[in-house]
Amino acid sequence: MSNPGEAETTYGRWPDDDRGRGRRRRDVQAAAARGLRRGREQLNELAERADRVDRGGYGFAGRQGRGRGDKGEGGERAVVPEATFTSYYGRPVVKASPWKADIPAYFFFGGVAAGSSLLGAGADLTDRPALRRVGRLGALAGISLSMGVLIHDLGRPSRFLNMQRVMKPTSPMSVGTWILSLYGPLAGLAAVSELVELSRYLPRALRGPARLLASAARPAGLAAALTAPAVASYTAVLLSDTATPTWHDAYPHLPFFFVGSAAAAAGGLAMIAAPVGEAGPGRRMGIGGVLAEFVVDQRMEAAMGLTAEPLHDGKAGLYLRIAKTLNVIGLAGAVLLGRRSRTASVISGSALLAGSACTRFGIFEAGQQSARDPKYTVVPQRERLDAREGTKG
Amino acid sequence: MSNRLFGPLDPAPDAGWQDAPARKGFLTDTSICIGCKACEVACKEWNAIPEDGLSLLGSSYDNTGSLGASTWRHVAFIEQPMASTRATRPSVPVDLGMPSVGLRDAPQDPTSEQATSAQATDAQATDAQATTGKADFRWLMSSDVCKHCTHAACLDVCPTGSLFRTEFGTVVVQDDICNGCGYCVPACPFGVIERRTDDAARVDGSGLRTIVNKVKRVDKVPEKRVRDKNVGIAQKCTLCYDRLSAGNTPACAQACPTQSIQFGDVDELRERAQVRMEQLHAQGVPEARLYGADPGDGIGGAGAMFLLLDEPEVYGLPPDPVVTTKDLAAMWRKAGLAALAMLGGAAVSFLGGRS
Repeated sequence: MSNPGEAETTYGRWPDDDRGRGRRRRDVQAAAARGLRRGREQLNELAERADRVDRGGYGFAGRQGRGRGDKGEGGERAVVPEATFTSYYGRPVVKASPWKADIPAYFFFGGVAAGSSLLGAGADLTDRPALRRVGRLGALAGISLSMGVLIHDLGRPSRFLNMQRVMKPTSPMSVGTWILSLYGPLAGLAAVSELVELSRYLPRALRGPARLLASAARPAGLAAALTAPAVASYTAVLLSDTATPTWHDAYPHLPFFFVGSAAAAAGGLAMIAAPVGEAGPGRRMGIGGVLAEFVVDQRMEAAMGLTAEPLHDGKAGLYLRIAKTLNVIGLAGAVLLGRRSRTASVISGSALLAGSACTRFGIFEAGQQSARDPKYTVVPQRERLDAREGTKG
Repeated sequence: MSNRLFGPLDPAPDAGWQDAPARKGFLTDTSICIGCKACEVACKEWNAIPEDGLSLLGSSYDNTGSLGASTWRHVAFIEQPMASTRATRPSVPVDLGMPSVGLRDAPQDPTSEQATSAQATDAQATDAQATTGKADFRWLMSSDVCKHCTHAACLDVCPTGSLFRTEFGTVVVQDDICNGCGYCVPACPFGVIERRTDDAARVDGSGLRTIVNKVKRVDKVPEKRVRDKNVGIAQKCTLCYDRLSAGNTPACAQACPTQSIQFGDVDELRERAQVRMEQLHAQGVPEARLYGADPGDGIGGAGAMFLLLDEPEVYGLPPDPVVTTKDLAAMWRKAGLAALAMLGGAAVSFLGGRS
């Protein structure tokens, strides 16, 4: 410890446990519970950051602190030299979204619904009744669940309908709400006629409306299929239209990645629920979706640079590695055995479904991680600024 | 490239206000900030913002942390040891004849244990260090606030129209409209706006009861919870919309004892900022720079601009913020293409026989 400035600008000076306990003892009457809890969390966070400083990753509050590990030997551990940059005590610059698991789940269910509507409409036109049923019912289930989690995620769920007091093309969430308001009833109409068809006994009074419903099912299903791709792709814009570094930088590729994931999920559902003889289009859709994901992922990460890093780190990295494994299993199963065995179809279909869910959670978490670490905000902006100032003079 | 989503623009008329008054904003001159936090307190008082954590963060005098749902002014403290970068301004101490124990300057060389023990008594050595410019040290203090961007991403992405542009060109949340979707939070390039959590908003002292329960390890004492009316809703600085509407100065600027926070017409503040920066440059403070004062920057210029004494990231500000909606048209194009690709892919899946 060389001077007072250093003492304040470098963390990990006090073992956080001791400090927390000492403070608890002293200030028990004075400190409100939330203050303490927050303080403890922050101290833990700080300790984590201090570890990162020891690895040579950070400089705090002033250039003099740049990337200097306190214990000296820490810096040598890193294989790739980490970007040095300045931050305010290692604190995030942008805020991570307050969204929880609801939002990636919403993407997943919405993707299942969109792909299923397409399969349902195609099956309707090519006379595959079992696949049609799976598609239409899958779409209704998917869209209902996705609306459910979307509303649950709101800070004030009772005010959900405030979404519909404006129509704003600058807000992907507003656009998405209107897409869902168009798509949802259409998908619902198509699905309800399937339910009616499934019910063996109908009271005489309901037979007329049921016939009407049945005649509306095809146009509704086709209209739903036309709006469905928008349901699958707009969610990428929803993520990208933020200051969250990883989400924003992925914007040229993320919509393609997301429709691939949606296709894989819906294909997987068809492989699980439709008989092998009719599930062919679902299988091909699943295979196509996974292949598209693989190709787009390569290009996306190559184009992103530093902000692609969170896709491989921490929880996000884990989700995406699991997703890739599941996708490979699903792909292999669908290509090699999907045609022959229902069991293999169910297993590989489940792998594709689960893979899609993991993909959504992975992308979501990667963005959250990129927002929490000031590196991903500061370094690219600093490089951009320096390059611009360099060209100016 | 300049359109309604990017580039210079007068935001209030653009939002449809007719006969809008001159755009209002802040100039925060950090060179005269003394870190008293009167702005933080005045803001909390005037806007009735709930307490959001009493904790020691270990970051100099900054125990506030960052801007958020219940912190609309945040004073940043940076204790910055300086090497000999002040060649242009040798810090020759002026002897004021004040009593001194010579503790102010610590030795720069961390290996020099002798210096550590010697420095407390050796005033001559301290003086020598000061004159050679080797040991120098400075405080940076800056009161951060919502930038009230010309192109405000939070406002652009808000799906309910809760966030709106006022006649003063500022950006304000209507708390009776917001449904807490949280989209503005990741959209803000400065990390200003935040959704208020239940945790931060207990206003009746029940937090104290919770801690007493915890210490006594009993859960029996019922917790009376008074929920703040804006729990679950996005919150940020309103530039004291209520005070402005009544012709008053925002609470923080009113409370600032050094006029570090100046309130006024944005055009005039920009000029004042330029003059002040040049004045500082002439006085030998070459590190003075403006932040958010250029209408050509990534957010079309800020309504709340700053005069800083180091790079923005040192204060926790993004060095080159760009409103995310700048790329929105391209995003929608890509999403449209992807949707078409999916439709085509689905059609192709139905080709190739019954299997």
